Amino acid sequence: MNVIVELEKPLLELEAKIEGLKKLNETQRVDFSAEIRALNEKAVSLEAEIFGNLTPWQRVHLARHPRRPLAMDYISKLDGFVELHGDRSYRDDPALVAGYAYLRGVPVFVLGQQKGRDTKENLYRSFGMAHPEGYRKAARIMRLAEKFGKPLLTFVDTPGAYPGIGAEERGQAEAIATNIKLMAGLRTPIVVNIVGEGGSGGALGIGVGDHIAMLQHAIYSVASPEAAASILWRDSTKAEEAAMRLRLTSEDLFEFGIVDEVVPEPMGGAHRDPAKVVDAVLAADARALDKLMSLKPEQLLDRRYEKYRKIGAHEEMVLDRAAR
Amino acid sequence: MTPTPNWLRRRGAKPQPADDKLWEICPSCGERIYIKDLDAQQRVCPKCGHHFRLPALDRIALLADGDFDEIGENLVTGDPLQWSDRVPYREKTQGDRTKSGLLEAIVAGFCTVEQIPIGLGVMDFNFRGGTMGGVVGEKVTLLVEECARRRVPCVIVTSSGGARMEEGMIGLMQLAKTSGAVERFGALGLPLVTILTDPTTGGVSASFGFQGDVVIAESGAAIGFAGRRVIDQTIRQKLPEGFQTAEFLLEHGQVDMVVRRSDMKAALASVLRFLIAKGYGAVDVARPKSA
Ligand SMILES: [Zn+2]
Repeated sequence: MNVIVELEKPLLELEAKIEGLKKLNETQRVDFSAEIRALNEKAVSLEAEIFGNLTPWQRVHLARHPRRPLAMDYISKLDGFVELHGDRSYRDDPALVAGYAYLRGVPVFVLGQQKGRDTKENLYRSFGMAHPEGYRKAARIMRLAEKFGKPLLTFVDTPGAYPGIGAEERGQAEAIATNIKLMAGLRTPIVVNIVGEGGSGGALGIGVGDHIAMLQHAIYSVASPEAAASILWRDSTKAEEAAMRLRLTSEDLFEFGIVDEVVPEPMGGAHRDPAKVVDAVLAADARALDKLMSLKPEQLLDRRYEKYRKIGAHEEMVLDRAAR
Repeated sequence: MTPTPNWLRRRGAKPQPADDKLWEICPSCGERIYIKDLDAQQRVCPKCGHHFRLPALDRIALLADGDFDEIGENLVTGDPLQWSDRVPYREKTQGDRTKSGLLEAIVAGFCTVEQIPIGLGVMDFNFRGGTMGGVVGEKVTLLVEECARRRVPCVIVTSSGGARMEEGMIGLMQLAKTSGAVERFGALGLPLVTILTDPTTGGVSASFGFQGDVVIAESGAAIGFAGRRVIDQTIRQKLPEGFQTAEFLLEHGQVDMVVRRSDMKAALASVLRFLIAKGYGAVDVARPKSA
């Protein structure tokens, strides 16, 4: 069960009540505007109370909210999106959507990890967990973007790459490794949007770029909290503790220099006003592309190299060479 | 085994097991083997041929002709997340130092293999499961960059559970950082050969591990992306016989060859010698004087 869905129930009830009163106000002779005003104030303070100080674990659930905008909600707001299919080798992977479109008139290639809205669609899309053929389709698109001089726009929203027998047989690790290297050297601008859940290498498989934008309430983590808890303590029920320790929020990642821009969300999360959030993300992408497209390929690649080159955490020890 | 090389003697003694253990039980055939005998056999079971994990310094001694010039040897673990669970991260890595005799999960440097000058990075599972955090990422990047400067092939022997959890996203970003270096290195026409040993999974297999121009797997090694436990929990079905072993990967076209430890040096030298041999194009690579 999603803890945010539970948490926001009283707010939704209150909002429904306000809507009801508004309708009454329009149709009845009695004036309810004072009541509506009072309830609106109550709604604002309840909203602040519920969402004002979310824990990392609640943030994880907000990023997985069933009504949160998904990759296709952004992609479909680009102009003239045309989907391109298949890795030319095995099959088309519905967990990773690919194609081309125009962003404010700029032709772009697009990649997005697509979760489902319901169980049926989630089974079809493997919950947004791509197989190797999905990453290889993405690799095709990356090469097309470079060849035809079009920027690449990606939307990351995955718990991770699909863990299964077929995925391992067909080389999940190799597929992701190839993409990461390919993006590192791709001679065209890459703008990455972390819009929901950025899970591990599966996210990075379409996540290396020149500008990394992250929605305020998205998460991005070395492993999903469940997987991290299982790896660290052999106990996936300790996911809440892992979420707290992993520093996976947009504020954390901006501070580490891993994310270049945090796109704000409305109070309560993107699902409270999806259209506004989609617009804000695409506007941020257009601004970033505008800047990146003025750079020469060599500048672009040097800048990208340095961006990742400096992300680290090591200390230096004075070694007593004489003693060794 | 051959007598201790000078570089290893300079480096200091290899750590002694804390528990005065005299023998190991082979997990494959159940044979009880004296550790002294096991070490003398390159840690391969004399009865069934099972390959025990090999510490990094032993691996270097196995592959390098003689001297080994270490780089980045003064880099030690940072603590970017100020991580603490049951035990603070800094305390955990202190324990790893004692256990492995190393400052971090990889040893990198320069040596020759059958007279061919190379850069060599070797991971060690005894340090935090060989996981990649900031130090491993930095040392791999330094190694690859320095190989590019010296125009020599790069060889990386992996043994790793993937990205290091205790460094969070800094750990994950090392995949992108090392891949950037590998990409630039490859553009010079210089070879990267990776040797995947037991175990190689997660973020290391999904970055430089499988970015090798030639990928060699050591006999019996467990190799893959997702760990068995994660796959079990996700699909809840029986995993096929030999799933995620080196031999399984060979059969499924994921690695170029499976090589036994006793043949590893010769196999590696053969690949390197071929890749740097003068052919049609002119690649600027340092070649042995005899070639
Ligand atoms: Zn045995």
